[in-house]
Amino acid sequence: MARDKSNLGSLLIRGGRLIDPASKIDALMDVLLRDGRVAEIALPNKIRGGANEKFDARGLIIAPGFIDLHVHLREPGQVYKETIATGTAAAAAGGFTSVCCMPNTQPILDSPEWITWLQQSERGAVVNVFPVAAATHASKGAVLTDFRGLQRAGAVAVTDDGKPILSDDIMRETLRVASEINLPVIQHAEDTRMTENCSINDGPTAFRLGLRGMKAAAEASIVERDVQLAQQFTGARLHVAHLSTADALKAVRRGKRSRVRVTCEVTPHHFALIDENVGEYDTNFKMNPPLRSAADREALLVALADGTVDAIATDHAPHAPHEKIIEFERALFGIIGLETALGMAITRLHREQKIPLARIVELFTAGPTRVVDLRGRGTLARGSYADVTIFDPKKRWTFDASKSLSKSRNTPFNGWQFTGKVVATIVGGVIQYRA
Amino acid sequence: MNRIARGSLLGIEHMEAAEIVGLLKLARRMNPFKPRPLLRGKRVLLLFYEASTRTRSSFEIAAKSMGAMTTLVLSSGSSIEKGESLLDTAYTLRAVGADLIVVRHPNAGAPLLMAKHLDIPVVNAGDGMHEHPTQALLDAYTISRHKKSFKGLQVVIVGDIYHSRVARSAIHLLSKFGARITLCGPPEFLPELATSLAPGLHITRSVEEAARKADVIIVLRVQKERLAGMKIKLQDYIARYQMTMTRLKLAKRDALLMHPGPIIRGLELTWEVADCPQSVIVEEVRNGVPVRMAILAKALGRAR
Repeated sequence: MARDKSNLGSLLIRGGRLIDPASKIDALMDVLLRDGRVAEIALPNKIRGGANEKFDARGLIIAPGFIDLHVHLREPGQVYKETIATGTAAAAAGGFTSVCCMPNTQPILDSPEWITWLQQSERGAVVNVFPVAAATHASKGAVLTDFRGLQRAGAVAVTDDGKPILSDDIMRETLRVASEINLPVIQHAEDTRMTENCSINDGPTAFRLGLRGMKAAAEASIVERDVQLAQQFTGARLHVAHLSTADALKAVRRGKRSRVRVTCEVTPHHFALIDENVGEYDTNFKMNPPLRSAADREALLVALADGTVDAIATDHAPHAPHEKIIEFERALFGIIGLETALGMAITRLHREQKIPLARIVELFTAGPTRVVDLRGRGTLARGSYADVTIFDPKKRWTFDASKSLSKSRNTPFNGWQFTGKVVATIVGGVIQYRA
Repeated sequence: MNRIARGSLLGIEHMEAAEIVGLLKLARRMNPFKPRPLLRGKRVLLLFYEASTRTRSSFEIAAKSMGAMTTLVLSSGSSIEKGESLLDTAYTLRAVGADLIVVRHPNAGAPLLMAKHLDIPVVNAGDGMHEHPTQALLDAYTISRHKKSFKGLQVVIVGDIYHSRVARSAIHLLSKFGARITLCGPPEFLPELATSLAPGLHITRSVEEAARKADVIIVLRVQKERLAGMKIKLQDYIARYQMTMTRLKLAKRDALLMHPGPIIRGLELTWEVADCPQSVIVEEVRNGVPVRMAILAKALGRAR
């Protein structure tokens, strides 16, 4: 992680509009960062004393550093797709100061040793990396990993992401053991017995293209079951990854109403696109969960606005050309998403759906910290980490995938126009990205 | 490269009606028994990743009867077995001098992928569950030999429509010309959302209701290999959906009985139905040759 001498300096961010939902602040405020922490927040021009560096944020939004709960950094083992260095560089460009990386690497992150390895400074991360460990050995869904050891090594949650934990018994045991140490369990909700050989959402588009379709029920049934299982253990924390269907949302709502600790995240591509956008077999529109129906997308938009959804997460999933420029059914699932997330959220959620900027900032900051415990992050309250995202909510720009900082180019958003752009990403008081 | 070479035939869905009419007219002037050297010196590569009898042989005869050279590449016994990708195989065939590639592939969209990366025409000989455009064209050709017009024609497609590329292409083609199409089969083979494929499609679960007053009945093969895991019993299917003489008699007297083949007698249709006077199953196969001649001639720019 980027912890060098320079964060022992100070940085004064002046003239911007501070939106910190965790502290319920939305006002013109100056922010002083010192020694890697937030030293002071005050009304404009009220901070006395010098700072080594000043940042003019007039016309810009100052927000707590964004947190992405769901990225694939591909290390160890798949460095041809991405490395921790390139993935976190893309994260910084997207305004993320912290990312939670998924364990479906090679080998799978199922031991404390790998969790430690991943966080070593030699990996070259430029933003904070919080590993999510495998819930079962080799994510085979059979034998639980050492949750305590993994947590001690720095894992912030467990999951078998990419695969669901299908067995009722194993999922129950996962939730039970995790609840004892207050560890969140993240589920990739997909009943794979119903989705064999499927490559897109079940619906008219799948039928037209002659592709087998994943039914919404394959997601919703797992979420329903998991919510019921989580209810059995006081303190169990269930988080639904990349939720994509209206029916799964209903299950989450029911859980929340009956006081189950269930949270969920939604990706930018699921709130921006639908299955029809796959067009004629464009593999940059192939991801899992698949792009869903217009009705599902509508339901996600409502849930993003009304607070049911806790976080926007990218599910940044880099793949090499030889894994994507092939037959649709054989192409790997997933797209990169770190650099387009904020632009998409402002363009689609704020400008089109009229969701307030404060809510969007919440979905990137305070929301994710309800899911995983990242003490001192997701807020700019005095004393918290000096992780700050500064963005221009009105700036229009065009995404050029060829200039992405990720190692991969698999995105459906090449050439898309967005409103809302990251201007600077500050991690631990150090400016790691500047537009 | 993303421009698709002129003459490519990837699917019926995005074809203009005029283009289809043009091909059918051209097919009428093609006669495999009177060879014309329209394609002399041309190399037609037949790339088959799946089994085929009718399509493969009729493409080969169509190409050869116009003087083209043909080479057959099968997935087994080629570098495809060693893991060569579809695009690299395509580049290889282009490099050895292919002027056109006919491809059959188990994955939907594979011919389009090839066409997007090649500067020569690609003809889809069946891609997964997606389309089988040359079959739809030869079926339209066959119908046009017996019926005055497609408009208002009562066409019934019976069987496993979900898995059928033949059905998808036929539906696109016939609906472009105003045929009234009824789809018939059990829900496992015919989900309700099938009606979204084209305007004006109807679904019925009763083969008697479907057959009544039909002008054309297209029976599809029950793809036994796909029944595993499906909650459908062969005996029940036969009882409810098999085309029998009794059911066929509900159709108009001059109704055509069609089937893209291969037929499984005793399963989707009875022995008698396959050979009855209304059956044009063999004629469909025969018509495949002039239709594919027309497609190749047009694709290689030698159609006059």
